[in-house]
Amino acid sequence: MLIAVLSGFVLAVAAPWVRQYTGRYSGWVIGLLPAGLTAYFASHIPLIAAGETLRVVHPWVPGLDIQLSFYMDGLSLLFALLISGIGTFIFIYAGSYMNKRPDLGRFYVYLLMFMASMLGLVLADNLIALFVFWELTSVSSYLLIGIDHKSETARKSALQALLVTAGGGLALLAGFILLAAAGGSFEISELLSRGDVVREHGLYLGILILVLIGCFTKSAQVPFHFWLPSAMAAPTPVSAYLHSATMVKAGVFLLARLFPVLSGTLVWSVVVPLFGAATMLTGIILAMRQTDLKLILAYTTVAALGTLTLMLGIGTELAVKAAIVFLVVHSLYKGALFLVAGSVDHGTGTRDITVLGGHAKALPITFAAAALAGLSMAGIPPLLGFLGKEMLYEAAAHADWLFYAVLFTLAVVISGMLHVAVAAIVSLRPFIGQGQDTPVTPHEAPFAMWLGPLTLASLGLVFGLLPAMAGDALLVPAMGAVYGVPIDYQLTLWHGFNWILMLSLLTLLAGVFVYRSRERIRARLTDADPWINRGPEYGYFRALDFLNWGAQWQTRFFQNGYLGNYLRILIASTVVLVGGTFLLKDNLSLAWQSGSGMRFYEVVVAVLMLAAAILAVERPSRLSSIAALGITGYSVALIYVLFSAPDLALTQILVETLTVLLFVLIFYRLPRFQTLSPPSARRRDALFAVSMGGLVTVLMLAAMDARIAVPISEYHIAASEPLAFGRNIVNVILVDFRALDTLGEIVVLVLAAVGVYALMKLYPPKSEGQ
Amino acid sequence: MTISMSLVLRTATRLIMPLLLVFSVYMLLRGHDKPGGGFIAGLMAGTAFALYAVAYGTEAMARLLRLDPHTLIGGGLLITLLGGVPALFLGEAFLTGLWWTFYIGEVAVKLSTVLIFDIGVYLVVLGVASTVVLVLAEET
Repeated sequence: MLIAVLSGFVLAVAAPWVRQYTGRYSGWVIGLLPAGLTAYFASHIPLIAAGETLRVVHPWVPGLDIQLSFYMDGLSLLFALLISGIGTFIFIYAGSYMNKRPDLGRFYVYLLMFMASMLGLVLADNLIALFVFWELTSVSSYLLIGIDHKSETARKSALQALLVTAGGGLALLAGFILLAAAGGSFEISELLSRGDVVREHGLYLGILILVLIGCFTKSAQVPFHFWLPSAMAAPTPVSAYLHSATMVKAGVFLLARLFPVLSGTLVWSVVVPLFGAATMLTGIILAMRQTDLKLILAYTTVAALGTLTLMLGIGTELAVKAAIVFLVVHSLYKGALFLVAGSVDHGTGTRDITVLGGHAKALPITFAAAALAGLSMAGIPPLLGFLGKEMLYEAAAHADWLFYAVLFTLAVVISGMLHVAVAAIVSLRPFIGQGQDTPVTPHEAPFAMWLGPLTLASLGLVFGLLPAMAGDALLVPAMGAVYGVPIDYQLTLWHGFNWILMLSLLTLLAGVFVYRSRERIRARLTDADPWINRGPEYGYFRALDFLNWGAQWQTRFFQNGYLGNYLRILIASTVVLVGGTFLLKDNLSLAWQSGSGMRFYEVVVAVLMLAAAILAVERPSRLSSIAALGITGYSVALIYVLFSAPDLALTQILVETLTVLLFVLIFYRLPRFQTLSPPSARRRDALFAVSMGGLVTVLMLAAMDARIAVPISEYHIAASEPLAFGRNIVNVILVDFRALDTLGEIVVLVLAAVGVYALMKLYPPKSEGQ
Repeated sequence: MTISMSLVLRTATRLIMPLLLVFSVYMLLRGHDKPGGGFIAGLMAGTAFALYAVAYGTEAMARLLRLDPHTLIGGGLLITLLGGVPALFLGEAFLTGLWWTFYIGEVAVKLSTVLIFDIGVYLVVLGVASTVVLVLAEET
């Protein structure tokens, strides 16, 4: 299973070459991988259908309880099949749709990366592994939305999607850590059986809120829904794959995955369905406002995600069943419709529904796919969509409280009516009736571009006619996995002649009515634009502005370009933080052994250093100041010699010599020495200097008495010769015991040299400099 | 920076410079047992070249150095890394020291990956020092 998940990453590396060598068949070649994966996952169907689960564990960071473990049950298998199955058609489609674009190779890299991450996400058993894959899908989505990196809209939308989903991801990580603390394990398969423990734990509310933030941002629930329509800046295959069929379902997937652990409490049943219902209605109403095919579809995706959240929120057995069936229904018809939108765009040059019309003759196969998918979306028998809608109605009507039952039934029926209208708008309107002239003479899409939508749409029909085919093997195990106990259920298209069917009929009639008055509704909604524009997206932009403003302010404050200011900030923060800690945790005693054991020549050296230091500050010429500084440096070397540290002394002397030489070289570039700062500034700087010096002095005195363990030098002295074959301990430490530190230090040295080089050699272009 | 006019400095440099360089290599090789080592030796060689730059100018120094200081830095870093790699093949941790001792007559010669590492350090320090000297001393 590890190979199955990681193979996408491996192929991603090679994808640009595949694209180069296979030319216009690249989509077919790369599509082989998801096709193979589909077959691989499909081979597990009998095992999972028999009620078994599969678990594979690879150690990753054993010290932190993080494993690369995978868990396959009904739910993860269903998602894995959706990802790899739809993925196959997406790659084939993209190879043709984007054939002319030079960046197709890069596109494959990102898309493969996404597919692998998404598979990892749904199959992961370890919470941390799941989180890593979760964020990887956000990153690859960012790269895919922004693939037209020269367009500002694309960049902005990409960033928006990343900030919202990755920001939610951070909340999710916190939630996961709390969850593991409460449930006692990072493994989902173990947590699944410990729902009672988690629900009664004191951290439950925190866990729920954090996990919900993660799921709601990823699955575009109100008030985070705005990023999904913006993400339509991505090429159509991406919208079809990531932003309708798979990635945006990750949040819903996680809700379903953790359903047995987190659901069933009062908070869950009150809060989650409300968000779901609000998202469902917001999405479908805003879809009526749009005229761009892709944007309409994006808003209906928001509505579908809301519907799924609503069902999981209601949380009854009926609702879970409805959620799973609707999930499959939606993936099939929405994937197909997005691809149809791409084909229409490709065949006519526009996606504007006020322009499109009457293209059934020019694009017959695309029309067939659109019609099938549209019928399923509208919920008309005998398609799977009909079954899905019936189940939604039934589940909503049987919600736990009467108030919620009425409220949600009403919401689902309204949403159903609008779905009928929108389905007609996107799947009928471009093909029948009258349209205006299009930028491109309408022509049918090539084989690679109608294979996907037609297959997906036909599956909606096949599963509708033979619901047991998908049901017994795939859907029922998934329902059981979500609900926590195996469900015995027979999917049937015909639920009998009951009042749910009446509701369905009513929906259909009302839907047709809405479709007929669509222009008026759109006009009304357009009038409400100013009000809509002050919604959550407005808040997002304000928050972004505030962040930029804050960053600018703090950069100007801390890095204003004056060297003196940098020094003052460094010194002040060191003194306050270190000195403050020292004062607060006053368990360090100052050991002042007055003059004990001080030898005559040590006193001489100390006096020499003091005198030279005062001289360095006082001298009005640079050269004498440097010379004075040199004296203090050499005196330090003398002290090393006195305390028998020849290596240190040697280094000190060499560094001191080199420093004086470099100072002399720099003098060539400096203006004549002058005293420019006023006395007040000099007094202030003196205060900084004295406080830093004082702090270091106090620290040194404290350090003399702070030893609590045997010095490590004892070990080094003892081990140096037998272990490292060297008698010079300093060098043995440098090149053997602490060789990695030395490596780090010389890298720092190199960076410093690069810094000097950049400062002296690289000038800004004349236009930008002062 | 112009060539120094001081005859004393130029003559002295000509005499001292080779001695400094030879001594720096000596310091590098003996470093494991007695005071010295790659860092000190590299600084010493760097100082020698800086002295030469002060006496004869940066162009002469760059010629004497032959290699571009950037090459020295990169090569040095590479050598330090290579010094750490052999241990990996023996299943030891990266940078673990490996030793070979053999005899030329009565004299024991100790070779080690540690020495390779130290030579790398020497080159990096020399490269950094001469980069800084060259950049600062060059006429603009």
